[in-house]
Amino acid sequence: MFLINCPYCGERDQSEFSCGGEAHIVRPKQPTELSDDQWAEYLFMRKNIKGVQFERWNHAHGCRKWFNMVRDTSNDKIHAVYKMGEKPPVE
Amino acid sequence: MTKYRVNKTKHVDQTKTVSFDFDGKSYHGFEGDTLASALLSNGVHLVGRSFKYHRPRGIMSSGSEEPNAICQINEDTDLTEPNVRATEIELYEGLQASSQNCWPSVNFDIGGINNFISPFIPAGFYYKTFMWPKSFWKKIYEPLIRWSAGLGKSPTKPDPELYDHKHVHCDVLIIGGGISGIIASKIAAKNNLKTILIEDKNILGGSTIFQKNENYKINDKYSGEWIDEEIAELKKLDNLTIKTRTSLAAYHSYNYLLAKENISDHLPLDKRNGGIRQRLWKIRADKVIVATGAIERPLVFNNNDRPGIMLSNSVKKYLDFYGVSCGFKNVIFTNNDSAYETAVSLKEKGISVEMIDIRKKSNSKIVKNAEQLGVKIYWNSTVVNTFGLRKIYSIEIMNLSEDGSNVVGNKIRINCDCLAISGGWTPMVHMHTQSGGKLDFREIDQTFIPNEIDKNHINVGSCNGDFELEEIINITNKKVKNFLKVSETEFDNTSVLNSKELDKRNIWLLPNYISEGKCKSFIDFQNDSTAKDIKLALREGFKSIEHVKRYTTTGMATDQGKLSNMHALGIIADTAGVKMGTLGTTTFRPPFTPLTFGSIVGRSVGNFFDIIRKTSIHEWHIQNKAKFENVGQWKRPWYYPINNEGLHEAVQRESKAARDSAGILDASTLGKIDIQGTDASEFLNRIYTNAWSKLGIGKCRYGLMLNEDGMVYDDGVTTRLGENHYLMTTTTGGAANVLSKLEDYLQTEWPELDVYLTSVTDHYSTASICGPNSKKILKKIFPDKDFSDDAFPHMSYQNGKIDEINCRIMRISFTGELSYEINIESKYGKSLWEKCIEAGKEFKITPYGTETMHLLRAEKGFIIVGQDTDGTMTPIDLQMDWIVSKKKYDFIGKRSLYRSDTIREDRKQLVGLLTDDPNEILEEGAQIVSDMSKKPIEMIGHVTSSYFSPNLNKSIALAVVKSGKTMNGQKLIVPMENKNINVTVSDSVFLDKENKRINA
Repeated sequence: MFLINCPYCGERDQSEFSCGGEAHIVRPKQPTELSDDQWAEYLFMRKNIKGVQFERWNHAHGCRKWFNMVRDTSNDKIHAVYKMGEKPPVE
Repeated sequence: MTKYRVNKTKHVDQTKTVSFDFDGKSYHGFEGDTLASALLSNGVHLVGRSFKYHRPRGIMSSGSEEPNAICQINEDTDLTEPNVRATEIELYEGLQASSQNCWPSVNFDIGGINNFISPFIPAGFYYKTFMWPKSFWKKIYEPLIRWSAGLGKSPTKPDPELYDHKHVHCDVLIIGGGISGIIASKIAAKNNLKTILIEDKNILGGSTIFQKNENYKINDKYSGEWIDEEIAELKKLDNLTIKTRTSLAAYHSYNYLLAKENISDHLPLDKRNGGIRQRLWKIRADKVIVATGAIERPLVFNNNDRPGIMLSNSVKKYLDFYGVSCGFKNVIFTNNDSAYETAVSLKEKGISVEMIDIRKKSNSKIVKNAEQLGVKIYWNSTVVNTFGLRKIYSIEIMNLSEDGSNVVGNKIRINCDCLAISGGWTPMVHMHTQSGGKLDFREIDQTFIPNEIDKNHINVGSCNGDFELEEIINITNKKVKNFLKVSETEFDNTSVLNSKELDKRNIWLLPNYISEGKCKSFIDFQNDSTAKDIKLALREGFKSIEHVKRYTTTGMATDQGKLSNMHALGIIADTAGVKMGTLGTTTFRPPFTPLTFGSIVGRSVGNFFDIIRKTSIHEWHIQNKAKFENVGQWKRPWYYPINNEGLHEAVQRESKAARDSAGILDASTLGKIDIQGTDASEFLNRIYTNAWSKLGIGKCRYGLMLNEDGMVYDDGVTTRLGENHYLMTTTTGGAANVLSKLEDYLQTEWPELDVYLTSVTDHYSTASICGPNSKKILKKIFPDKDFSDDAFPHMSYQNGKIDEINCRIMRISFTGELSYEINIESKYGKSLWEKCIEAGKEFKITPYGTETMHLLRAEKGFIIVGQDTDGTMTPIDLQMDWIVSKKKYDFIGKRSLYRSDTIREDRKQLVGLLTDDPNEILEEGAQIVSDMSKKPIEMIGHVTSSYFSPNLNKSIALAVVKSGKTMNGQKLIVPMENKNINVTVSDSVFLDKENKRINA
């Protein structure tokens, strides 16, 4: 059970949040111009890394805000949280 | 006082007698006893039978590691509980306990025959034996295995007791109230940190509290006296919460821990008064100090499982803490110095004791002390056999060879009534590893000790592998100071005197003159796995410790391998010729000790199991005898039976009334989302498949929402209330998910859009009135309003007032009838409803429930998302091409509608089905086939909705069928268990295809 530092509310229990999968997958601006393969790449392909992963989280039972989180999936260490639209930390 | 109660101690109040029953016989113990100490004080060792061989077993330990003494308590009451460890349960007046896994009794057990056929039931025999003949499985093997499987009996009645949950935060949590935990707590609390100390026993002090030996002194006091004073001071500290009878169950990441507090388990049943039995503490700690101590290891030798064979330190605890001598002619078998403390303690009380030590010598102070007291020590020796069926009466010992791999010389027979064994100590690293910590192997005493890298917890005391008193105090002090950033403590200059262990020798499986195959050297006492089983598993090719564990069931009993795992590892390493440290350990999973179901669920039982949502009209439904249906968390009226109507009769009547005159439905549960902002129209364009820009103010439109994969996700009518203001309705069950999905897109993909979403589901109540007379009823409620089709056409909305209360009237229809929905603030919902009923009286307005609503919409071929769709249906599959905009450049899911898979012609598509016999009603979910001759029969679809339509006077059904679009008029078959039903594919709209009734 993580302790997540919501960028809007501060530290809260994981039970208040829901995970929205891999972050920084941008919805294509012109989907109609993509081939089936290109569209499938956006729609289905996710990395599911063992190690440092960039994830989307939603403070569902709190401020309802979406934000991004850098988490090591092998030991659940949270390295960073940052707001939507902010640049991911380089490291 | 019984003859075994030889000693008076302050922990057992020998003036307060407590009577209890064990296996139907009455005994007496004293306040402060556990069931185990009380039984031992009565000379009862035999308390159970082992799981597989049904061998007689006695109390072995004094704590949570106990493998043998597990009981069923208070049988024949609602409070009965199986697998309770006699070593942990505190004795109370009237306690009834009985042994498990024996029939007809623990003294004479039929299953004991397994002991004699044991050569034929080695490890894995289940897998090997019950394979053939195949036909035996169902009738013979399975019932037999089921009869003999399991330990104890589950309660058959609902648990009458209360359980509780509590969330707490603290700066420092200390797990374990032994000497190192006490030191840590004192340092933490005295340095202004909010500290919680939990201890699973009813008092603090661990094993130090009954220590009174010249060789172990702190500041010139016996360590037991010193700790008494420390505890007294500890209890005065303000910052410290001490929770005894509280055991840590789980240590999760980010220092989130679960601990179970026993509140009333130690009280007589008639004194519990319906209070809370157990409380689960959910603790978030900034820092955690683990001080869980160590567990004594047994030794593995032939017949090491007889009643009367106990762990050495437990024998000492029974003597010095409970005042009970486990025997009068004791033999202690050891490989280390700690057992000599037991010997000294026994000898000092004038009780006979002899030592057998596998070591060649030991020159430590405590050993000298024992020798001076006249304790006879057999050095370099091992026990090779034990005798006594229901209680040990003698043992055979032999000398060990130089390298310890064999026995030499003559057998010596020694009589005894208690054999205390000690194979060294295993640090309790469970908590450390549960939190994600790794372990290092320490060769010198063959222990796994914590490898600390996590900054948020430390291990102190013997769970850290520090066994000597001096180490425990000094290292604990130093580590806690560093951890809590404290510069000095009162423990900095503690003077400690202790006997140091200088000589070590360990042999995981002790050698014997009897061949290995004939030895029963138990490793896991409860599950009866022996050293032989481990070796067999290795011979059969199992290499990983995890596989050996499961194949032999070593460590899989209720004690979860607390006593057995290290020996299993050691024997594997020795047999395979590898270093023990390279094998790793099995995974330590929570809970550390079993949790009750009650403590896990807490108060979330009965009415509190889940949230129950009721509409503001709920009371009226109850008064009018509605039957309810759960839709998500909502209670919705299902149907309103009159007299003795069943579901079918009521629904037939309600459906007919709605189409013939007027019906009324509580539609308050539909999800409602208020959408505002200058980009609201653009937003709707992107999330719905159809176009929204041109929807006029005051107009309503049906929308279909897809997932990005093109599959139908939700649907509902959205009304344009103003230029930049919409009210969206969603399905009842989908409301929360739709809102969160819309928020997701708004916040992450389209942050540039000026749109705000608010859930208003609970803010408005909705009465939906339908039927040819609905207009007349509305006219009565809103006499000033013009309800003509020109003034108030289908798919439009107007504001209205009922007694000065604003409401919204939407002319929309989910039944195909002329229909209006009135939305009003929830607090007026019931009065609105009653007004509608009153106004509708002359038209015999009929309240109808969800079942009738489903039937009416099915007659019109309207889908229900989640019933006729299942996340694999596109709008094209639903034959709803008309709602997919060709002009819009993009909307959620658009691109997926022409992926190679979604444009397949043979996808399952929505169709109508008519049974050849119009009175035959199909079962929802039934499979549909076209060709019964070719095996295996291909299933081409299934029924999604099915009803008997009273308005059409025939059975109708919706179904999804492969290539269904092209099958109109085709004959298909719905095979059922005892018949095949012939059906014909039809249009999915069964009634009023021309939409005449909407404007009737």
